[in-house]
Amino acid sequence: MARAGFSPLYQLDFEAPINEIEEQIEALEATPDAANFADELTKLRETRDSFLRKIYGGLTPWQTVRIARHPLRPHTADYVSLICRDFCELHGDRTFGDDAAIKTGFARIGPMKVMLIGHHKGKTVQEKIAANFGCAQPEGYRKALLKMRLAEKLKLPIVTLVDTPGAYPGIGSEQRGQAQAIAMNLMEMSRLRTPIVSVVIGEGGSGGALGIAVSDRVGMLEHAWYSVISPEGCAAILFKEANERTNTIAAQSLALTAKRNLENGLVDDVIAEPLGGAHRDHRKTAESVQNWIVDRLQELVRVNAEVLINQRFDKFRKMGAYEEVAASV
Amino acid sequence: MPAIPAAQWDAAINLAEKKGVPAGIWMQCPECAETLFRKAVEANLWVCPRCQHHLRVSAKQRVEQLLDPGSFEPFDEHLAPVDRLQFVDNKPYPQRIAESQRKTGNNDGILSGFGFIKGRRVSLAVMDFSFLGGSMGSVVGERITRAIERGTAHDLPVITVACSGGARMQESGFSLMQMAKTSAALARLDEAKGLFISVLADPTTGGVTASFAMLGDVILAEPRALIGFAGPRVIQQTIRQELPEGFQTSEFLLERGFVDRIVHRRDLRSEISRVIDYAGR
Repeated sequence: MARAGFSPLYQLDFEAPINEIEEQIEALEATPDAANFADELTKLRETRDSFLRKIYGGLTPWQTVRIARHPLRPHTADYVSLICRDFCELHGDRTFGDDAAIKTGFARIGPMKVMLIGHHKGKTVQEKIAANFGCAQPEGYRKALLKMRLAEKLKLPIVTLVDTPGAYPGIGSEQRGQAQAIAMNLMEMSRLRTPIVSVVIGEGGSGGALGIAVSDRVGMLEHAWYSVISPEGCAAILFKEANERTNTIAAQSLALTAKRNLENGLVDDVIAEPLGGAHRDHRKTAESVQNWIVDRLQELVRVNAEVLINQRFDKFRKMGAYEEVAASV
Repeated sequence: MPAIPAAQWDAAINLAEKKGVPAGIWMQCPECAETLFRKAVEANLWVCPRCQHHLRVSAKQRVEQLLDPGSFEPFDEHLAPVDRLQFVDNKPYPQRIAESQRKTGNNDGILSGFGFIKGRRVSLAVMDFSFLGGSMGSVVGERITRAIERGTAHDLPVITVACSGGARMQESGFSLMQMAKTSAALARLDEAKGLFISVLADPTTGGVTASFAMLGDVILAEPRALIGFAGPRVIQQTIRQELPEGFQTSEFLLERGFVDRIVHRRDLRSEISRVIDYAGR
């Protein structure tokens, strides 16, 4: 199992037993006569994997959120280098600026030429600040729509990668119409005459996520989250305080995991992650994501555009949970 | 886009009640603190005769104010919310629903139906802030969508009056997807060359602003209404600085180009009729 290397600043407490074993494995591998310890190493790796299976098999929704935010989890930029050939980035919304929190551009994924749209979180401190930690502003949503319209004209399918805590709440974004920009994307995406597929690769924070995810097919990575509000935001409203205990309750209530979203008919597929989460094996994760994208697109490109947008409409039209009662109360 | 993003849920409800209309013969304007004769304020469409502050009105009052008397033909009243997610809260969601249903006499925070505005037939949907902060869950989203679809099918102008803290947290992803659903229905109305007039009342925030409310062909706002994406408190916590005076008011949005007209409540009927006449319907 390839390891991405772990940030000492982001240890998941529930992974503590695994970290201990990993340290032992590393120490043993570093010894000059490591070859003599092959049996011990095999045993340690087996123990680690059995711990991983146990821990990752019984994650709470709040633990899932923390995995989805792991800084070493593959981000849009990683997928660009792992699954896109010849990524040709396109900048700017032609109105105000170029939001670093959403990357857009032509790309080749497997046999397909596509328009790629993805939230960008950044790896270094400078990148993170420039991208507002993946919180897009109106110009980001407007850039995405402009490039999606270009894709429609050029008959290119659209691939979006969703990974945002939410759209940016700031003075500038309100002044420039954050709500209007997202609303426009929702309306226009519903009638774009080209296939759209989305993968929630990490965080699916509310309208900021949906703003690039009104798609024919939405897949969610196994340990991603997608909800109307973050667990902390929900906990602060319900229990006046966001802490470990209240976040755990809120995350459970919000039904934000891939499995629950699938059960509720809000996403179409769950994409399995490697044992121990996407952050442990970028390559394997990217391969699964690529396979899912290519498979879905190959189905969708065969569908007539009129049928395609009707099916997309019908899918979102059905979403909701309500009952019919005899009369008004 | 949290429901009531700025405030804690209960605080928002309390505020709503404070800003709402108190019982009794006399009342105090929440804005200028003038003591007013309740009947006079009611006759003035719940606008303070002294300072012109627009008090929040219920969906029922709004329908009465907007439509020609006796012309309202409600639809979809039989749709009721369910607690599909078994949402854990310090007060269970079914209890919150039941309390709001008792208080408002409606199944959820919306009234919709056909009606006439100065003799012009419209498909109308009006949100009710007194029902869980006017939040948009599955029922509200479904009824707005159906009002848009009925307008499309009958070639009628669609009018919505937004008054909401945003998407309803207790229905999580279901609420979020109402944003896509209502916006997609508006795309179809647009394809059919139908007219959509969106009226924004205090407050219009979160997932309601970021979906159908901001998609009006013509957007009218009541004076001094709070209109925004994120709530002021969330923004303040994020940027850690004071917000400018008048930030996120109707007047601020007009200046920035996001609403067409600010309309006093007494002029809403005539302004809507005027726009409908330009649409040749």
